[in-house]
Amino acid sequence: MRTTKFANLLLFLGALVLLAPELAMAARIGDITENSVGEQALRFFTFADPALRYALAGALLLGLNCGLLGSFIVVRKMALLGDTLSHAVLPGIALGFLWSSTKDPLAILIGATVVGMIGVLVSHAITRTTRLKQDASLGIVLSSFYAVGICLIYYIQRMPGGNKTGIKSFLFGQASALGSDDIILMAVTTAITLLCIGLLGRALVTTSFDRGFAGAVGMPVQFLDRLLMLLTAFAIVVAMQAAGVVLVSALLVIPAATAYLLADRMPRMLTIAAIAGMISAAVGAFLSFLGNNLPTGPLIVVSAATMFLFAFLFAPQHGWLTRVWRRRSRWHKTQRENTLKSMYKVLEEREFVGDDIPVVEIAELRREPVDVISPQVAELAKHNLASLQDEGQTAYFTPEGYREACRIVRNHRLWELYLTKVADYAADHVHEDAEEIEHLLGADTVRQLERELAFPTADPHGKPIPNPDEPVALGAGPAKVDSDGYGRGM
Amino acid sequence: MSDSVPALELHDVTVAYHRRPVVYGVDLAAPEGKLIGIVGPNGAGKSTMLKAALGIVPLGSGWVKFFGKPFKEVKSRVAYVPQRESVDWDFPVSVIDVVMMGRYGHLGILKRPGKKDRDIATSALEKVRMLPFANRQISNLSGGQQQRVFLARALAQEGDIYLMDEPFTGVDAATESSIIALLKELRDDGKTIFVVHHDLTTAEEYFDQLVLLNMRLIAYGDTKEVFTPELLQKTYGGKLTILNEVAEQAEKSKDKQPGASDADDEIR
Repeated sequence: MRTTKFANLLLFLGALVLLAPELAMAARIGDITENSVGEQALRFFTFADPALRYALAGALLLGLNCGLLGSFIVVRKMALLGDTLSHAVLPGIALGFLWSSTKDPLAILIGATVVGMIGVLVSHAITRTTRLKQDASLGIVLSSFYAVGICLIYYIQRMPGGNKTGIKSFLFGQASALGSDDIILMAVTTAITLLCIGLLGRALVTTSFDRGFAGAVGMPVQFLDRLLMLLTAFAIVVAMQAAGVVLVSALLVIPAATAYLLADRMPRMLTIAAIAGMISAAVGAFLSFLGNNLPTGPLIVVSAATMFLFAFLFAPQHGWLTRVWRRRSRWHKTQRENTLKSMYKVLEEREFVGDDIPVVEIAELRREPVDVISPQVAELAKHNLASLQDEGQTAYFTPEGYREACRIVRNHRLWELYLTKVADYAADHVHEDAEEIEHLLGADTVRQLERELAFPTADPHGKPIPNPDEPVALGAGPAKVDSDGYGRGM
Repeated sequence: MSDSVPALELHDVTVAYHRRPVVYGVDLAAPEGKLIGIVGPNGAGKSTMLKAALGIVPLGSGWVKFFGKPFKEVKSRVAYVPQRESVDWDFPVSVIDVVMMGRYGHLGILKRPGKKDRDIATSALEKVRMLPFANRQISNLSGGQQQRVFLARALAQEGDIYLMDEPFTGVDAATESSIIALLKELRDDGKTIFVVHHDLTTAEEYFDQLVLLNMRLIAYGDTKEVFTPELLQKTYGGKLTILNEVAEQAEKSKDKQPGASDADDEIR
């Protein structure tokens, strides 16, 4: 099991060595002095600065790569593993630094990937050989490897000689310290990720959704696990310089979590996560540049978290504010419908003689004070469902309002009838239930009720069921009901 | 298909979780064209036996053959319905996506599904009367609907043998009887169907044959022969005490148990 893992690793490292020859020296960006915000913004959008171009390209690449892989991490509930991996690679970075004694990205990549994989294996070993569960073992590996890494980094910084600039950028991230060789490495790893997801996307989704089934149809479940782990390790290591060890795992989790709230199909989730990742990384790089090389990592994470906040609040289906708003507007609609219904009943009680509806009579019917009812009627007028006269003392249905009132009364009475006829409710039990349901019945359900009840014309209490398409003409006198109230046919 | 080759044959199958054996030396040879129930108390190893047959959990000892061949050679003839609770139903996939997974065994890991595969998936959904929900996200389904999606996925596998792990849990009575009718239809087409089943009151009526399992194979045969009070008492009358004690000892002295493999190795 371990041998194949390392075989996979070596294979990919070999590919990287072949693909990234002649790495050019990084362009330093230390020449940036304190500039005003406006100047910096201008420099950013003219793309005049090569270091800036690198920073932006790097941010986009790492946003894309982390967004894609993060989607799988999130649906597999492996977010904590990503976090552990990102911390566990730190000693490897330091060792890579020591080994090459410069900031050679390839040495750092190899060192970090190897140490990261060792971290994952150690955590596996702990869960397998002890009674500890995964969260504890990951916690142990995360903190202890990270601690060793910090010690090593401070040791390296105190060593005389050598090019040590940049090692601190691994802690908090500095996108502007990226050089062309870093960018090439990022491009290569991102390309590998895209290739793997393009070829193996379906298999990755299947194993993530249903491991047992994926194994039963012959998918190489373990190979796919390891591949995903290796790609994630690569993504973390190359993203680290821009985002920093501490926060790089946020790039895996937050854009993907944002996408998870917005999408309910995997391809769309991957797309949204990739876009969210790229936007937050680019915005982070821009803000860092604007603020004269503030650490990039925190700025990227803050912009990603802001995007998440928006998704959390406004997502079309699951958003918190969306739900609140939906509930509120449903409540208002229910209110309006209840007022319309009361107005209808006032007319019905005097057998549709005349079409003026005094607000006082609505209040009497509802057994509520006039100053509670008046605003409700005013609300109807605002929605063009009623018109008011006599300084708001008398209400009249507009054609839309009357139609709507007929519809809601019809829903109520159909539902009552259904409960008594089909569900065997007693006639005096059904009103409360119908009060709730009448506002929720869709057109389809109403048609179904009509068919089931053979197009009835009267409710269980003997009152006529109005038809919005051919209502009783306002002011025309009593409505006619068939003797038994049933079987109008159609 | 010859009568002599069993659809599924287990020989001396032992399976262990965390070095603790849960299925002991099971021998079984089931013919084609039968609807077979697997019954036994909780922890009797019913699901484990199915998973071991499919290679999802490793065998401690023994071998498994489908139609006289190892699973890997005939895997496209074997369809599987896992327990409904084994997956996350909030996962961002639609109903039709899940059913298409049934085609991946035929397609292999790289080949893309074509029109034929989509047609098969569509008609599988139609058979379980879930076609109107094809594009719905799976989290919006009821328990019975979820179970029918899993069944449709197995149908899309177009196997000759079906291994189903508790397909009736969380399913209403109407759905249950329509599923059992579907399974009988498959059986009449010559397919072999294994169903892990919990409800003894319906077991006698549903299945041609029964496997009575409680760590050991208690009995296997035609329902009218093995569905007897004595054998059921033997199956459900508590765990096999000594066997269970030995299993516990084996778990404690992990390194001293040569035959038992570590199931955890294979499970992430």
